[in-house]
Amino acid sequence: MGLRIVVFLAVLVVVTGSPTVTIRPEAASEDTSAHPNSLPETAEETETPGQQKVSIVEELEEDVMATGKLNPNHYPAQRAAKVVQHYLNTRYGSPYRVFFLHRVHSGNAEDVADSGRKYQLEISVQDLISTNTEKCSAEVLFPGGEQQRSPHVQASCEELRKIDTKAQEEALYQQYKTNPSLLAAHLPDSYGHINPEMKPFWHLGAVASSFIMLNESTENTLFNMAQVANVTQLATENDQLRFDYHILLHEMVSQDIIHWKLQVSWSPSGGVKVLQMEQLPHCHHCEKPPNTN
Amino acid sequence: MINSVGLGFVVLLSAMGAATIERAEYDYYRYHPMPEIFKWMLQIAEDHSDLVTIVNYGLSYEMRTISLLKIGLNTGEKKKAIWMDCGIHAREWIAPAFCQYFVKQILQSYQTDPKMQEMMKNMDFYVTPVLNVDGYIYSWKDNTTRLWRKNRSPGPSGCDCYGTDLNRNFDANWGTVGVSFNCCSNIYCGSKPVSEPEAQAVADFVGRRKDDFLCFLTIHSYGQLLLVPYGHPNFTASNYDELMKVGLAAADAIKKVHGKNYTVGTSPDILYPNSGSSRDWARMQGIPFTYTFELRDDGTFGFKLPENQIQPTCEEAYQGALHIITHAHDKTFSSAVATAAATLWTMLVAVGVTCATQM
Repeated sequence: MGLRIVVFLAVLVVVTGSPTVTIRPEAASEDTSAHPNSLPETAEETETPGQQKVSIVEELEEDVMATGKLNPNHYPAQRAAKVVQHYLNTRYGSPYRVFFLHRVHSGNAEDVADSGRKYQLEISVQDLISTNTEKCSAEVLFPGGEQQRSPHVQASCEELRKIDTKAQEEALYQQYKTNPSLLAAHLPDSYGHINPEMKPFWHLGAVASSFIMLNESTENTLFNMAQVANVTQLATENDQLRFDYHILLHEMVSQDIIHWKLQVSWSPSGGVKVLQMEQLPHCHHCEKPPNTN
Repeated sequence: MINSVGLGFVVLLSAMGAATIERAEYDYYRYHPMPEIFKWMLQIAEDHSDLVTIVNYGLSYEMRTISLLKIGLNTGEKKKAIWMDCGIHAREWIAPAFCQYFVKQILQSYQTDPKMQEMMKNMDFYVTPVLNVDGYIYSWKDNTTRLWRKNRSPGPSGCDCYGTDLNRNFDANWGTVGVSFNCCSNIYCGSKPVSEPEAQAVADFVGRRKDDFLCFLTIHSYGQLLLVPYGHPNFTASNYDELMKVGLAAADAIKKVHGKNYTVGTSPDILYPNSGSSRDWARMQGIPFTYTFELRDDGTFGFKLPENQIQPTCEEAYQGALHIITHAHDKTFSSAVATAAATLWTMLVAVGVTCATQM
């Protein structure tokens, strides 16, 4: 037991870039009656540079992620459903339309080829602005393999009811097209407040973030946008408004705050596009004055 | 005889009335920086000196006092107790706001509600409005520090980052799951179990009185969850079924207030596995009803919950907490409310008489 602890502590120290490692010590017989629907989580395998894959802990029970019918309240279905939220925002989001996961009604998961995982979900999403809720059926595929790749999503919603946002979108577009002057920071501020005039740009930030959050999502993450740190408008190009966004994402499992810079374009007809994206390293060293030894 | 009783009672009521007017000046529906919270604590203790004392039970890394409000009727006997702490994670501002609201609410309720009167007679409430004082103050520093989570102790030598995640630092399957040993991580569990003074303060204070505590409620945000022990997927609490039953009923009570859904379950089921949490530690001490509250919202605003949501969040969370506390109380003190109320009435009258005879 002591040796195992030493082994996996040593592995943890060497692992780079991976903020969280889920480890399970030797499994005692589990009280399965207490957890009727979910199966024990598999031990993650971590690769250390120059060494073979080290399997941290062997499971006495089946080494599987929750498979088959899922408990909709448990995290596997919830995390997959969150991915659907991100997807819907990339496809349908705008400064006047942002979706949020409202409820997971049911879910199913299975292993697929090349260690991928496929989820089928029935969920409801809510439009943040109109507060309308929609039911959606969705499929989320988390590709397997050693390199982390983005999930693939298919979703169909009842009617993606078009509360007519066209007029508002057009008005916003015209206002900022001719005079590209937007400059804003801290949406929301520390007290959760957003200036009403700036709300569409907070929404736009949330939609743009969804592209990143979709790309970065795995079965082991849950992303939300924490804040628009700042947004600057660039010159309009090809009739698209363009913006530089500095966005903070919150990843729930690691509890990390992740900084991204995005270049975003938008018009009512063109929709939201992310032209460039760059993760910013969070400057831990910025906490101390730069000139101290 | 009747005149002096009535007079004593009037004195009692007017004293309570005066206290209400004082309290109305504090805005419970805005976020307050630490100095204001501490001032509020002093005011509450002064306004309700019959029920409230401040207990300083530790020092943070940066040498700030960690304080709680002990609230209950002084019966001169050893009493059962309820623990509530808020703000173990600095950026979760709605949590300290809730602790302050909770204190206001139980003191207010005490004036008119026989059930609360009974509970204050039988139990003491220990409420820590801000546990991670250094972290909370740091999160108020400027726009770049608002999302700080951990405490402010420096990292081990060789690591430039600050802070240990206090909710991974308790001696409960410490360092096994859902943690990082990278000191820059937001879930860094510290150099060893209870390495952090803030965690030590709780462990010492509660540990010394662990047989007295019926409830240990630790308040966080966000996610709208009620988490039951344990954070480690291999361990199930011996009273899991009861914890779930009471938790689900509490979530129902929450939903009745403003329609918000709170999911109930163990952390490994509904959120993520973790170890070293204060809730797990408390349960391992034998405290039967231990819950982590994750308050609003669902991620829309996350840690930066708008101030206009403070009131509804506190109102719903209060009903949830009250349900758990009431259940724990009633299980321990099985006398009928009517009998208890009668006993209390007699006691209040006796106090009134004492006041009258002292005038």
